[in-house]
Amino acid sequence: MGKWKNFFASSWGIIAVGAFIGLFAPLLQKWGNPPNMGICVACMERDIAGALGLHRAAVVQYLRPEILGFVLGSFLAALAFKEFKPRGGSAPVIRFFLGIFAMIGALVFLGCPWRALLRLAGGDGNAIVGLLGLIFGIWLGTLFFKRGYSLGRSTSSSALAGYIFPLFILGLLVLRFIYPPLEGAPKNDVLFYSVKGPGAMYAPLLASLGVALVIGFLAQRSRFCTMGAFRDLLLFGQKHLFWGVVALVVVAFGMNLVLGQFHPGFAHQPIAHDQHFWNFAGMALAGLAFALAGGCPGRQLFLAGEGDGDAGIFVLGMIIGAAFAHNFGLASSPKGIGVHGMAGVIVGFIFCLWVGFAQSKKS
Amino acid sequence: MEVVDTRGLSCPQPVLLVLEKIKTMDRGQIKVLVDTETARENVTRAATSKGWQVKEENEDSLVLEK
Repeated sequence: MGKWKNFFASSWGIIAVGAFIGLFAPLLQKWGNPPNMGICVACMERDIAGALGLHRAAVVQYLRPEILGFVLGSFLAALAFKEFKPRGGSAPVIRFFLGIFAMIGALVFLGCPWRALLRLAGGDGNAIVGLLGLIFGIWLGTLFFKRGYSLGRSTSSSALAGYIFPLFILGLLVLRFIYPPLEGAPKNDVLFYSVKGPGAMYAPLLASLGVALVIGFLAQRSRFCTMGAFRDLLLFGQKHLFWGVVALVVVAFGMNLVLGQFHPGFAHQPIAHDQHFWNFAGMALAGLAFALAGGCPGRQLFLAGEGDGDAGIFVLGMIIGAAFAHNFGLASSPKGIGVHGMAGVIVGFIFCLWVGFAQSKKS
Repeated sequence: MEVVDTRGLSCPQPVLLVLEKIKTMDRGQIKVLVDTETARENVTRAATSKGWQVKEENEDSLVLEK
């Protein structure tokens, strides 16, 4: 027995998916995405928040097709393999706020775990500090799991509850087609665009969307999760997901060498700062929030695509968190952390630790 | 037969519950209730790494044996 109906659940499967992401993320950068940001779930959701006018940081406004493709690719895979299961109801409001603080932590570092890996593969030494913070945050999360931490069970819900998030994402994609960026214009009807800065750097729509649809499809099949990779290793020595992350970094590193995108160092790295403590602390907060919510930001998108409403709530929390991060001066910039970045990290830690303790059974 | 209900739980709780049960048993059978393929795969991977085997797979459960 123990038959694997799913090749992507095997070690080679997860390695193939990590390698695919590692292959195409640097290419998306080559095709126009910002440096060391071929894919960054947090940054791209932040850009979407900007495109919708939820924050008004003029340099980070673009309705990133990558995020939309991730959800829709996962949705298609889930439908094709009969894994689309509308479900929800596992402490949605807590998950919403975990999403908010995960985003705040990520924007203090300037990247989600995916971008931390891609920054590393691009030679950005600050990514090492961020990844150590991420691992520390996830390790804190595993301590809560050992104490019986749980946000409670989800239950199956109506078909509409499962379809509404992918439909929302489809609606955003339709807006992107109706209101494309116009040369030099900060807005096309309802959508905001950046005329300079990272938000003005993007790969062609169909390239971004096509790559993301395939990644979404493959990641739904393989359960690719950057947080889970470290969590499983720390919690029970399980290396399965970790191999996916290793494959991503190795292939992205090779691609960056080939494409001339590898620039080793700590100072003056693109869309990064070198305040080590806050790089560590920001990613530690994000790692803890991802661990408590059960998945990295990419995984939350893939889960939302297969009908998990709680994951959808987490994603919406991240988008709103990005709006707070920029409106309240919590997000960092290449100059360093934002004016209220420290407060954001501290409040986030208080919230996440409170959730961790309050939702743990005393063993 | 011992039963572990993992339905509706986020990662990594299904695996943790099954490993917790396995720790208390030298051998025998455990029926694991699952509601996602992810939980099924993760539980299978963790249990087989501990020397248990999947004896039976049903639509909403699997039976582990050692």
